[in-house]
Amino acid sequence: MKPGTYISQPNTSLRLYAVVFMLFIYLPLLILPVFSFNSGLYVRFPLEGFTFNWYLALLNREPVFAALGNSIRVGLTVSILSTVIAVFAAKAIARNRLPGSGPIVGVIMLPLVVPGIIFGVALLVLMSRLGVPLSLYTVTLGHIVVCLPFAIATLLPRFEGFDLSMEEASADLGENGWITFWRITFPIVAPGIVASLLMCFTISFDEFIMAFFLGGTHATLPMYIWGQLRFPTQFPSMLALSSLIILTSFIVIFLSLWIGRIGLPKSAQSGIFK
Amino acid sequence: MISIRNVGKRFGTFQAISDVSIDIQRGEFFSLLGASGCGKTTLLRMIAGFESTSGGQIMIDGQPMADVPPHHRPVNMVFQSYAIFPHLSVRDNIAYGLRKQRLTRSRRYEMVEEMLDLIKLPGYGTRRAYELSGGQRQRVALARALIMRPKALLLDEPLGALDKQLREQMQLELRALQKSVGVTFVLVTHDQEEALTLSDKIAVMAAGRVLQIDTPAGLYETPVSRAVAGFIGHMNFFAGKVSRPTPGSAQIEAEGLGRIEVDAQGLRQAHGAKVVVALRPERLVLGAAPPEAARNVMAGTVLTTAYLGERRQHYVKVDGMAEPVAVSVPNQQRDGQHAVEQGQKVWLTWSDDACVVLDHA
Amino acid sequence: MHSDAPFVADRSAARPRTGWIGRLLFRHEHLRGYGLLAPALIVTGLTVLVPCAMLVMLSFWTQVGYDYDTSLSLQNYQTAYEKPIYAALLQRSLWISGMATIVTVLLCYPMAYYVAFHVHRHKMIWIILITLPFWTSYLLRVFAWKVILGYEGVINSGLMHLGLITEPLRFLLYSTTAVSITLAHSWAAFAILPIYVSLEKIDKSYLEAAADLGDGPVLRFLRITLPLSLPGVIASVFLMFIPTLGDYVTPAMVGGPDSTMIGTLIQLQFGSVNNWPMGAALSVILVIIICLLGLCSFGLTRMFQRWAA
Repeated sequence: MKPGTYISQPNTSLRLYAVVFMLFIYLPLLILPVFSFNSGLYVRFPLEGFTFNWYLALLNREPVFAALGNSIRVGLTVSILSTVIAVFAAKAIARNRLPGSGPIVGVIMLPLVVPGIIFGVALLVLMSRLGVPLSLYTVTLGHIVVCLPFAIATLLPRFEGFDLSMEEASADLGENGWITFWRITFPIVAPGIVASLLMCFTISFDEFIMAFFLGGTHATLPMYIWGQLRFPTQFPSMLALSSLIILTSFIVIFLSLWIGRIGLPKSAQSGIFK
Repeated sequence: MISIRNVGKRFGTFQAISDVSIDIQRGEFFSLLGASGCGKTTLLRMIAGFESTSGGQIMIDGQPMADVPPHHRPVNMVFQSYAIFPHLSVRDNIAYGLRKQRLTRSRRYEMVEEMLDLIKLPGYGTRRAYELSGGQRQRVALARALIMRPKALLLDEPLGALDKQLREQMQLELRALQKSVGVTFVLVTHDQEEALTLSDKIAVMAAGRVLQIDTPAGLYETPVSRAVAGFIGHMNFFAGKVSRPTPGSAQIEAEGLGRIEVDAQGLRQAHGAKVVVALRPERLVLGAAPPEAARNVMAGTVLTTAYLGERRQHYVKVDGMAEPVAVSVPNQQRDGQHAVEQGQKVWLTWSDDACVVLDHA
Repeated sequence: MHSDAPFVADRSAARPRTGWIGRLLFRHEHLRGYGLLAPALIVTGLTVLVPCAMLVMLSFWTQVGYDYDTSLSLQNYQTAYEKPIYAALLQRSLWISGMATIVTVLLCYPMAYYVAFHVHRHKMIWIILITLPFWTSYLLRVFAWKVILGYEGVINSGLMHLGLITEPLRFLLYSTTAVSITLAHSWAAFAILPIYVSLEKIDKSYLEAAADLGDGPVLRFLRITLPLSLPGVIASVFLMFIPTLGDYVTPAMVGGPDSTMIGTLIQLQFGSVNNWPMGAALSVILVIIICLLGLCSFGLTRMFQRWAA
């Protein structure tokens, strides 16, 4: 008998499949960095030479920095607002036996399932009827719609795994609701809050569809890239930019998912996807 | 000191508590005893302020608690899960509630050290929750509540999570602590042995109502209803009917027991009423030979015997009774001559005052 | 006690006063809950419910020149029903999304199975690694495939360089194939999760019991694992099919004339064609289809649960 319980004995062909699967997932994304160092103008084999030029060229492009600044500002605002709203919402959902909380959560989580184009278009219509000009503010609003479900999904398991008696004990010992929140709830939920901030920032930073419909002339980084993709000669610089974005996203999201699992009981770790 | 008057609680359409009135005296060790779902924890939480009342009043030292939220109430609670804050050390946990009292840090830590000595965990101040065993966490939860000098300490099944040995040990410690500290303790438990061991007074609850409030002895020896009698300890029940042939005498014709004389003055029930006679297993005396001149005798055969260490519990099939009668015999000698065998014919006797007459319902 | 102070101090001496808000919140637990939920509700209301309501209203208006004719009419819906192009595009979208979803789910299942059953340590790391690519920008992932599948792209140039083909493969880019591959890659990371969760939840003792009763590994899989994981599979299909229906980025970047999807059309209505009411109507139709699909999957899951119970 091979080691391990009978039911879960290792299987070579399945393992091979797993490796191939992981390659399939990652290789296309790795193509971008590989060719971003290629000195040739076209993205094709054979590789011509190694160069940092495309990256350096980015430093000279003003629109890149403008778009970057926009993306960062929107990202920070969205992540803070989404997380704050989500903390209170998650507490309310996990704690209080609220009638109707099921459907309410369902509606809030809709953006996870329904195509983004619907919300983008709908918000566009609303903004134009209200006469609100398209700007970074409208993009922020659109991004909150997309990020809020993720924020709540990140924070909800944390509140559910959090012994209600803790807050009651704090109240019992003399602290009112607000102080209890700061002394007890916040420290215990903190990893979830950090994870939510990081995750929302990345989602907003990478988000394209809402920005496309609601940004008008104010470009976020993805919108800028979309505009540049019309010109094949721009591809190599866009490869460089894309590689940087992907790398940043990977790191930030990895941190977020990692921190998000600190102190969470095993049962709650599958998170959103129930 | 704690006065609960006609209190009710409704959750939606579910009536969790109906018309409960209890008075708890200062310095008393009071227990709320009942099976799961009887409303005892809900009642405790209403005293603490975590549930509002749907009717009736709760007063602590004469002050009505109706609009007072938990953090303003002069009582403290030890939670079933202990709720030790994981991000704070033991010392900071115990000192948690002292923040609002303007004390210097050294004074606070001094008080914490005193508490740690009291709960027999000296020097544990810097440890964290995950480093403590269940019993230790329970004591920290106690200390955290007691340091607040509450008027009453509310305990929600504090010993439920501990194993039997530890639980018995903690019970004695808890009792000693209460006596030495003098604070009113209100304990919620489903374990009747625990309630009997620890309490000065017990309120037995079922389905949101109080069945009886009495001392442990009172509940054990003079239960007022079949529900209470069956809940506390093991009890034999014999259905019967009252007959009062003359004003001064009363008898009960009961299955198994036959005709027994009872005190006419003390008997509540009227002639012809259906009653249940309750008899504790240890009040029945088992004999291998028919007794010479006893008034109360039952004959039967031994069905099974359970060896329980300090005693033997025999189950005897008596004529006219569907259920076997339980008889408890202490093991005063090592396994030996007086042991009774399965299938053996035996005679059971009891004294008059061993019977408790209860309503049939 | 050690100190001289009486143990039961007089705590009623300075009883703090509870303000009326505190009393109100104390009495009504539901009020507290809804109060906390309020910001989320307001935001969702403003950004989801109200705009969608406006969208529906707009769909009943018609575009006249640069203005809207605000009289309610079913004109847009009628056009959508009559002109064959709309039905054709819808069908095509359903087909492309559907195929991509089924292929993706089938391919993801063994991977989910592997992690659930054959990975014993650091399962979370595996899951994080698998889903990581999903968190990057959607746009960039499609961009990657654009350069990979191009006429002079990575695959073609690579194969030519290796001498395996003499002419670039034309069908790779700007085709339905391209769209399907890109969709599959983009969503694989997301589609795998519900399957993994439902496989993970299967109590191993069921399988041990089946083995004990005589079933070999294949039978165990077919009779126990597969049925119990079906709710996860259904969820996975649902979670991928629906968002991909409305996709316009993928067809725009790697699709050809034969792979335009309904999303592209909607985007055009709001863009160059400038017929917003029509776009709104198409969006509403898309939502209705999504709702029907949702009900389908919900019904399927319920049916399955009843059968399994």
